[in-house]
Amino acid sequence: MKAPIALALAFILYPFVFSNAFYLDIGVALLLAAISASAWNIVGGYAGQVSVGHCMFFGAGAYLPLLVYHHWQLPPVVGVPLGIIVSLVLAVIVGMPTFRLTGHYFSMATIAVAELIRLVIGTWDFAGAAIGLQGPAVGRGWWDLTFRGELPYYFIFLAVLIVLLLVISTIERTRFGYYLRAIKAGERAARSLGVPVRRTKLYALMLSAAFTSIAGSLYSIKTGFIDPESGFGILVSVQMVIIAALGGAGTLYGPLVGALILIPLQTATNTWFGGGGTGLTYILYGGIIVLIARFEPGGLHEMWHRIAPKFGKRHAA
Amino acid sequence: MLLLQVIVGGLLLGAIYALFSSGLTLIWGMMNFINFAHGEFVMLGMYVALMIVVWLGGGPAVFGIASAFALFVLGVAIYLSLIRHVTRGPMLAQILSTFGLALLLRYTAFWIFSANVVSLPQTSLGGTLNIFGILVPAAQLVAGVTATVITIALHLFLTGTTLGSQLLAVAEDRNAAMLMGIRPDRMQALAWGLAAAGAGIAGALMAISYPWSPSVGETFGLTAFVVVTLGGFGSVPGAMYAGLIIGLIQALSAFYLGPIYKDIVVYALFAALLWFRPQGLLGKA
Repeated sequence: MKAPIALALAFILYPFVFSNAFYLDIGVALLLAAISASAWNIVGGYAGQVSVGHCMFFGAGAYLPLLVYHHWQLPPVVGVPLGIIVSLVLAVIVGMPTFRLTGHYFSMATIAVAELIRLVIGTWDFAGAAIGLQGPAVGRGWWDLTFRGELPYYFIFLAVLIVLLLVISTIERTRFGYYLRAIKAGERAARSLGVPVRRTKLYALMLSAAFTSIAGSLYSIKTGFIDPESGFGILVSVQMVIIAALGGAGTLYGPLVGALILIPLQTATNTWFGGGGTGLTYILYGGIIVLIARFEPGGLHEMWHRIAPKFGKRHAA
Repeated sequence: MLLLQVIVGGLLLGAIYALFSSGLTLIWGMMNFINFAHGEFVMLGMYVALMIVVWLGGGPAVFGIASAFALFVLGVAIYLSLIRHVTRGPMLAQILSTFGLALLLRYTAFWIFSANVVSLPQTSLGGTLNIFGILVPAAQLVAGVTATVITIALHLFLTGTTLGSQLLAVAEDRNAAMLMGIRPDRMQALAWGLAAAGAGIAGALMAISYPWSPSVGETFGLTAFVVVTLGGFGSVPGAMYAGLIIGLIQALSAFYLGPIYKDIVVYALFAALLWFRPQGLLGKA
């Protein structure tokens, strides 16, 4: 229990040690990336059902808060539960038919439905079409969650991440968690042992969708702006997948480790290559994903467990 | 008459969809493997055509063959260096391998060729034919007919030749094929080469009539998913019919609803297919 508390302490102290806006910005981006990748990890990592269209849940969560503000001047927070509801409906629409089939159908369906939603939102005036939506420029009260500095966002994001990791670590120890891992290891074997495969996969997707939606809401409330590309773009999904897979899909801290590596790396490449460097960042992403798939599908987590014993003392293994 | 023209245009484009989708369905049938980078193969075929025309000044026959050859080599190389190693691995590795490859190819193309929309300079296939009052651009007619001929040739190759039968034998039962003295690895490498080559030619054929940018790969990849699902996974004739149907649906929805809706309608059809008929029109449950 010591390591998680030390980790939490490090995250709490970080903004006081690196109080400059640049580092705080990285911290906020890192926490958000860790939240959405951890949410992806529930269905993509633990259940082994690889979604490449999780941006549909992120986008739903991101759009609803700004939609309720834009049309009815409600505080954006009101949109958070609505975003979760929309995401749950989407999860059922995608999961119900595809979880009867092999995992490839699920992956294809996620990317196709995500792209469908992106195109529809891009032409739908109610949702701001291609231009997007804006949040309140100046907060009308604390309930608008429009803060001047990044610090309040940092702690809100951190709290959400801690809650999410607690939920996942609880799941790991319950029957549901064992079901998930049984399904990942072999669906047929799991079914023959009485695991309700389809229902378990669907519940995992719904839980994952709900938390991804919350991540989207946090993003749009903090940024105060959303458009089809930043909500439903394929790169939103890519980031979740790459961060979880890099750290170790299906492990509690994998996505956090992935975010700790990838977000600073991304900031660095963007700084080195300037504004035109975003393309290079995505080439790098693609390359990293291919290398993980080819050489280390278990991510750094598995690599560590293979390499560490060789360096450590005998009893460490 | 205008409607008839729209239908002919849709079918001619659909014939090209059929060509590049048949490669995707072949690989799925052989290895239960989905190639997320298939649309990027089509996109690369288009740029190979562009480079040949700009640097060497060749005509459609030259750059069509060049695209096919370049993509065949790329397909085999990708199979040998990447795919072969992940097919027996976890689902995550299978899906991430080609998904990452798609990003790598797409954004490398962005980096090299920029995001600008490009088109081929006027080729020898300019002009418009008037067939019983229906106006058909010569380039589209040639492209559609060529694509159909190649798709049928692929089908005949698979069903009518020894090599093709060996390929299908691996698709049917890898272990049994191995016991018959067929090397599955070689056959699968060949399948990847053929699939990529088909995508390459399809790209070259479309490049003659349509402008494009590096992002078309994503659209073509998703279109291929829809075609293959509609036609039934693993069936080349299925992909052929489904390609024509999808081309027709796209043309009609662009005509009646507006051009931005053509992809929306097709992807929505895909979602509906998964709910009601995931095995496709010709596939068995």
